[in-house]
Amino acid sequence: MASMLMTSLRSSPLTSVQAVQFAARSLSTSVHLQAQAKSKKSLAKPGVKNIVLVEGVRTPFLLSGTTYSDLMPHDLARAALQGLLKRTGIPKDAVDYIVYGAVIQEVKTSNVAREAALGAGFSDKTPAHTVTMACISSNQAMTTAVGLIAAGQCDAVVAGGVEFMSDVPIRHSRKMRKTMLSLNKAKTLGARLSLLGSIRLAHLAPELPAVAELSTAETMGHSADRLAAAFGVSRLEQDEFALRSHTLAKKAQDGGLLSDVVGFEVPGKDIVSKDNGIRPSTMEQMAKLKPAFVKPHGTVTAANSSFLTDGASAVLIMSEEKALAMGYKPKAYLRDFVYVSQDPKDQLLLGPTYATPKVLEKSGLTMDDIDVFEFHEAFAGQIMANLKAMGSDWFAQTYMGRKTKVGVPPMEKFNTWGGSLSLGHPFGATGCRLVTTVAHRLQKEGGQYGLVAACAAGGQGHAMVIEAYPQ
Amino acid sequence: MAGVRALGSLSRLTTRRYTLFPGVTRRTFKFAACMMARTHVSYEVKGDVAVVRMNDPTAKVNTLSVQMQKDMTEVMDEVWGNSAVQSVVLISSKPGCFIAGADISMIKACKTAEEVTGLSQEGQRMFEKIEKSPKPIVAAINGSCLGGGLEFAIACQYRIATKSKKTVLGCPEVMLGLLPGAGGTQRLPKMLGLPSAFDVMLTGRSIRADKAKKMGLVHQLVDTLGPGLKSPEERTIEYLEEVAVEAARGLAQKKITLTKEKGWMQKIQDYVMSYPFVRQQIYNTVEKKVMKQTKGLYPAPLKIIESVKAGVEQGPTTGYLVESQQFGKLAMTNESKALIGLYHGQVACKKNRFGTPEKEVKTLAILGAGLMGAGIAQVTVDKGIHTILKDTTVDGLSRGEQQVFKGLNDKTKKKSLTSFERDTFLSNLTGQLDYNGFNKADMIIEAVFEDLSIKHKVLKEVEAVIPPHCIFATNTSALPIKDIAAVSKRPDKVVGMHYFSPVDKMQLLEIITTDKTSKDTTASAVAVGLKQGKVIIVVGDGPGFYTTRCLAPMLAEAVRILQEGTDPKKLDSLTTGFGFPVGAATLADEVGIDVAAHVAEDLGKAFGSRFGGGNVEFLKSMVEKGFKGRKSGKGCYVYQPGLKRRDVNTEALEILEAYKLTPNAAISSDSDIQYRLVSRFVNEAVLCLQEGILANPVEGDIGAVFGLGFPPCLGGPFRFVDSFGADKLVEKMRRFEEVFGNQFTPCQLLLDHARDPSKKFHK
Repeated sequence: MASMLMTSLRSSPLTSVQAVQFAARSLSTSVHLQAQAKSKKSLAKPGVKNIVLVEGVRTPFLLSGTTYSDLMPHDLARAALQGLLKRTGIPKDAVDYIVYGAVIQEVKTSNVAREAALGAGFSDKTPAHTVTMACISSNQAMTTAVGLIAAGQCDAVVAGGVEFMSDVPIRHSRKMRKTMLSLNKAKTLGARLSLLGSIRLAHLAPELPAVAELSTAETMGHSADRLAAAFGVSRLEQDEFALRSHTLAKKAQDGGLLSDVVGFEVPGKDIVSKDNGIRPSTMEQMAKLKPAFVKPHGTVTAANSSFLTDGASAVLIMSEEKALAMGYKPKAYLRDFVYVSQDPKDQLLLGPTYATPKVLEKSGLTMDDIDVFEFHEAFAGQIMANLKAMGSDWFAQTYMGRKTKVGVPPMEKFNTWGGSLSLGHPFGATGCRLVTTVAHRLQKEGGQYGLVAACAAGGQGHAMVIEAYPQ
Repeated sequence: MAGVRALGSLSRLTTRRYTLFPGVTRRTFKFAACMMARTHVSYEVKGDVAVVRMNDPTAKVNTLSVQMQKDMTEVMDEVWGNSAVQSVVLISSKPGCFIAGADISMIKACKTAEEVTGLSQEGQRMFEKIEKSPKPIVAAINGSCLGGGLEFAIACQYRIATKSKKTVLGCPEVMLGLLPGAGGTQRLPKMLGLPSAFDVMLTGRSIRADKAKKMGLVHQLVDTLGPGLKSPEERTIEYLEEVAVEAARGLAQKKITLTKEKGWMQKIQDYVMSYPFVRQQIYNTVEKKVMKQTKGLYPAPLKIIESVKAGVEQGPTTGYLVESQQFGKLAMTNESKALIGLYHGQVACKKNRFGTPEKEVKTLAILGAGLMGAGIAQVTVDKGIHTILKDTTVDGLSRGEQQVFKGLNDKTKKKSLTSFERDTFLSNLTGQLDYNGFNKADMIIEAVFEDLSIKHKVLKEVEAVIPPHCIFATNTSALPIKDIAAVSKRPDKVVGMHYFSPVDKMQLLEIITTDKTSKDTTASAVAVGLKQGKVIIVVGDGPGFYTTRCLAPMLAEAVRILQEGTDPKKLDSLTTGFGFPVGAATLADEVGIDVAAHVAEDLGKAFGSRFGGGNVEFLKSMVEKGFKGRKSGKGCYVYQPGLKRRDVNTEALEILEAYKLTPNAAISSDSDIQYRLVSRFVNEAVLCLQEGILANPVEGDIGAVFGLGFPPCLGGPFRFVDSFGADKLVEKMRRFEEVFGNQFTPCQLLLDHARDPSKKFHK
């Protein structure tokens, strides 16, 4: 009921001032919008601040264990921040706040946002915090920024995300840690010796971080394989989609479309300016790979999954007024967004299916209104499963409480510059890449509305509607 | 009776849920109609793979019934004759069931051992053809694959199982007093090795898919799927079929090889096993273990060993012959009939004959966080029911909550629960000292101290705070429910729920209704009990209800026997030798000497001299000395934590000296002592039926076996009367009656049965 009320409120006649603004904007955007009539001319809401994406950058996304291997997470984050500073030229003290997303925590820099900001030369008067929400961590960072601005607490916020998989914290076993901690407290030599004597070989076995759910103990790849099987996604379909991702990414890279990438002079190494995971292969070669998780009959392989990636991203988000006052030409409006969550066992990666209709309803748009889709590609099987779920009336009725299906995004609008499968997926940094890419694609292709959707561990999901800034 | 613990063979029988041979009678009448058409098995050729689907349209589960076997033979012949088919997939269309076992009505219909042997041989022949199939057959297993179902599966060349919780493999025949009679005793040792094969067949335990894979019982596992474009169950079966078809193709094209590289452990084991004296040693050890556990009262385990031995030592021809012959013999034994009767009884007691209650219980409040209260909480929280556990002291509450945690955590340690599930279940538990939230409770179970005035006080307090629809159940072992309900403002909502300790292990729940208890109240109590996983008997109100009332005279007799100078250990061995899982002296310790004294006195007052026998004063002196049984560390025995061995409590023997009686030599032989104990139990049970406390003999048998440990091989007191002969029992009782008087006077119903041999409790 509440949402219906809101929708009708939104579509009701606006106050005169806003109506003027509204008209002016629709005039200026009309050039690009002749082709298709939209459900709504703009998503500007009365009484709600317009929040804009001024700029978005990222370091090249590299396969983990390659050129970045000797760095630390905050080094990467710093590189992204410096890239953003360089590209926007924003005075460092004009930034009110910094939020970063990260998943695997380096214990030395648990608030990686602060460490990176200090290193990047931001004012030590600019507070920074780190958020975590699995693969949608930087989405959470961005929406946190949106919240700060919408609440009137800040005008300019830097959001970003970082993930560094070349080095992950590997811990001593719990028993060993317990012994070592007791050793700290042991007063006498005898007590120390007896503690040392209690160490057994089994104590030395290390504890590795796993991309597994605590609640189900299932790794994400395994869950993705089951999800693909549940929706009847074949190995062939997955390989085809993965190949599509790599091919499109390659084209985008070669065509210079990935302008969000900023070069990074890795200390002691060459300057890195390109993603290195884009490798279009052939169907035959991909077919040769053995399943990675479910053996021997699984369908998820190394070739149709996103790979472990190092990378960082950063975006500058401002209130429209402030951006304009500072002389910026914003790239896009950040509009409605939602977070969803569902069963972490059997629907772990179905976030986009649940989030998409919800955010569209919130903003009063339909699937047809969306010109640009950017979905996070965790696994080809996961994307295909989501597409099948979105195209199924039965699924929508049985599990989503909807009358009809969500609808399948047309492939010609879908991840046309590659995706996480090919560009890479640094968990904490992907969200900003998705949003920046939507903004760039809208600019390039002349569309008005874009949709970002992503799944995340824990059975969570996110979607955001982005509106092109009138050019 | 707060502490009856069943051990050994009983706990085997009771703690495992097995779904062999269900819903039979209906099917026997269907043959004629089904004979014509092929209704149970169909097949479809997918490329070069024939997918054979089993689906018994007349039942919830598939069984190897006459019709199923006939259809299967026809279909397989067609498949073998079809040159387009290179390999075969065998799958069930039923969610949650591959084949649950053989059809027991087939065995029941047989009059002689030879007929049953014939059945077994038919099965053997059918599976031999499967085993020797020129086209590889893949058994795709989702759900229960038990008994004959497993024997079918292991005759196939390749087995794929889903990881579903419902997928279990096993040979539960032994729990029905039978053996795997369609090649199981011959194929399993070859497949698993002697030790594992014996383990599987002698325990009858159900093996989960992942364990089965580790043992080598299945070749490949398939995950269960979640929601997709079809329901999870439907899609999982479809997926299993897809994977199985691929595997079948792989086998036909020799891309999958069946000979597995043997590990060095396996090689060593094979080498050692090649020596006859090593095998002999294994047979001996297993036999000894079986004898120790069954006291020779259960023939099936020994016959299983014999069949395995015949096959391994004398070759398959002899092996299969021995298996079928022994199967025939076992089917004719009273033990098997008793166990099958118990199985059917158990199935019947897992149904709610009072219908669906008007309101589902979503919040349950338990008063008293003692052993019982916490036990009840433990079996409730994991069923998704919000459970309030109330006690009067922080210490009591803390102990109770700890018990619930420990109970669930033990399951986590055994890996039957994940720590996450444990924590989620525990979040259903609210521990508290006040009546906060009782206004939302749908049912109260009080488990406070067994004292009428305390129960009255609690009932009044609770009725002031609970909503009108809330049911008040009292957990008592002997206090009449109507006495407790006397102070209630709404006696129609009062019911008795007698749990047995330890609640999480003992399967029985005795529900007691007064003439004022409404039908809906009973239905609700049964529904909650079933949710808690209990086997339920519903009995009428009266002192001691059914179970306590049967046990009391037996314990009174046990005390007299002790007073007559029989050593507690001797008494125990006499009772266990009769088939009781727990000896009488140990049972008294488990129940608690104080409880026994309390009950003996109460019931003595209610029933008079018939409940006499041992001197209650002896029990009271024990209690005075602090010998309250296991819980106090001393009773008939001395219990030391961590020590399995127990010694007789010599101080108790000293007390006994003061109450010494002279035994009457005419009725004090070992056998007489056994029958003195048993006949009092049985007579009281029959009297309960006569008086209408019991609704039927089935519930009487189930209550006695599952709640009190009456020998499962005898099938319960009523089946015992049927098989032993009422006349013979009466004759024995008359002899005892001469010495002890009315304690051994047979009741009228028993006399009726003795007079007319055609009268049976079980048809």
